[in-house]
Amino acid sequence: MPEPEATLSVLIIDENRLRAAIIEDGLRDAGYTKLTVIHDVQGIARRIADIAPDVIVIDLGNPNRDMLENMFQLSRAVQRPIAMFVDRSDQASIEAAVEAGVSAYVVDGLKQERVKAILGMAISRFNAFSRMSRELEDVRNELEGRKLVDRAKGILMATRGLSEADAYALLRKTAMNQNRKISEIAQSLITAAELFAPPEKD
Amino acid sequence: MTSRFEITAGLMPLLDSALLVAAKEKDFARVEGIELRLVRETSWANIRDRLAVGHFQVAHALAPMPIACNLGLSPLSVPTIAPLALGLGGNAITVSLPLWELMSEAGATASFDPAAAGRALKSVVAKRTKAAHPPLRFAVVHPHSGHNYELRYWLAASGIDPDREIEIVIVPPPLMADALQSASIDAYCVGEPWNTAAVLTGAGRIATVKAAIWRSSPEKVLAVPASWAEAHAEALASLLRALVRAAQWCTNPANHDELAHIIARPGYLDRPVEWMLPALTGTLHASRSHVLPVPEFFVPYAKAATFPWKSHALWFYSQMVRWRQVAHTDANAAIARGTYRPDLYRTALASSGIALPVANAKVEGALKVETPVGSAGASLLLGPDGFFDGDLFDPDELDGYIARQRTGSA
Repeated sequence: MPEPEATLSVLIIDENRLRAAIIEDGLRDAGYTKLTVIHDVQGIARRIADIAPDVIVIDLGNPNRDMLENMFQLSRAVQRPIAMFVDRSDQASIEAAVEAGVSAYVVDGLKQERVKAILGMAISRFNAFSRMSRELEDVRNELEGRKLVDRAKGILMATRGLSEADAYALLRKTAMNQNRKISEIAQSLITAAELFAPPEKD
Repeated sequence: MTSRFEITAGLMPLLDSALLVAAKEKDFARVEGIELRLVRETSWANIRDRLAVGHFQVAHALAPMPIACNLGLSPLSVPTIAPLALGLGGNAITVSLPLWELMSEAGATASFDPAAAGRALKSVVAKRTKAAHPPLRFAVVHPHSGHNYELRYWLAASGIDPDREIEIVIVPPPLMADALQSASIDAYCVGEPWNTAAVLTGAGRIATVKAAIWRSSPEKVLAVPASWAEAHAEALASLLRALVRAAQWCTNPANHDELAHIIARPGYLDRPVEWMLPALTGTLHASRSHVLPVPEFFVPYAKAATFPWKSHALWFYSQMVRWRQVAHTDANAAIARGTYRPDLYRTALASSGIALPVANAKVEGALKVETPVGSAGASLLLGPDGFFDGDLFDPDELDGYIARQRTGSA
């Protein structure tokens, strides 16, 4: 017999498609089957009326939250008024959600314990997504940094007649002496070189 | 000087966040011993939520928002007070170029006169109704906003039913001009620079202004969770002093250019400096080629612009009742009255030399011209504070006002 929670209809509103997919996957894995994902709030009133969601999950970065809340409160748009969040007394969940950057709206009268798992899932997936984005950013920065170091090495090799190994050693030593990242030293060197470089020939 | 208090404030990208921005950037907060952190938000709902969970200690808020919170009209709200107003006026009603053309044919002129614009709009609306066209769509920023109430007041006083003859939707301020350009909406009421934005990009023109619909009228307040205010009375008093000093700085014409440059930065409005100047200097572009003076368009300091009048709170409450957002009871009226805290304002500014009104409430619309009023600290001029239709709001006659508007708008 399926868990009664699995019959709840969940609407995910997130302009970030990747994050929306991650939340959707998590809820599907947990046994929820009535899932809808919306990326764009255009014409959302009709969509919500059609879907009649029990729970709406939305990212806090969405500038249309005020519009959505207003709509939730107008019973003609959604046959059932939609209240906010989980139980007001559950301060810890609320804080965790706002911290993670997610908000949930729940149909009035729905037992709080039935939606807690959904919110919990959304919070953990939002946090995982933020971590992933940060890691991705780090990787991107590292790649970018490597390119800079390569260019700086090239400049040193051309202007100072150094070998590649010596050019790298010089950059590293300068970075250590100044307590800065090697990519920052490389960036400064490139900027300086561009400043004093002869005008490019067309 | 090390700071004694750390305060994080949420704000929305609007020109009337100027007092908070100046308090930080021009060091008025630091002088009061406050390390002030400002965080730009994307929705009023986020401001409310982050006040509720303690991410923000204070916030730039729509003046009716704390009242709505305390009346239980908004989700996830905590008891909130308004101990200071962040200036007067600052909004306008912008219409699309096609709608303006129809209004012009019906007699509207580039004067910002609300009565004339309202008459023209009524004639346009009547024709649409007759032709069975769908109602015009107007946008405001939030259901519990000065924008919603002044727009509805203007429509109703012009003989237009805001519920049946106009569709009112919610759009975030920075998206208003785009929504107008794409014909998703026909008009909107919003704070600056989002009216000027539409005029200068050729998406619309300004039909009338808040400063003409209701002169010297309230717009934003500093919202503070009641529990934080109680536990940090000294920090709050210091912040109120810093904000009033910031308001004095903002009002000085010599500082308008610098303020425009500061507030145009990426961390705040992130838009061209030219968009900031019209509201600050009181010279508005009605259209791209037509500039009109509106001397009291946005009033940051004069006329007790930072004083949280209880009559302002009660007027907002009367409009919540009028538009059926809340039922009128003595208990609800008391909640609205109790939300605004002129007592905290007085205490904070008692020895500052700044003019403090002796009253906590006034009859809105009673002053036809600028008038000296009873004050402590320095002399004080108030008004004019009239509604464009000549009506008065006497906070002592709340029941009568509510009853009169109910029959008037039926």
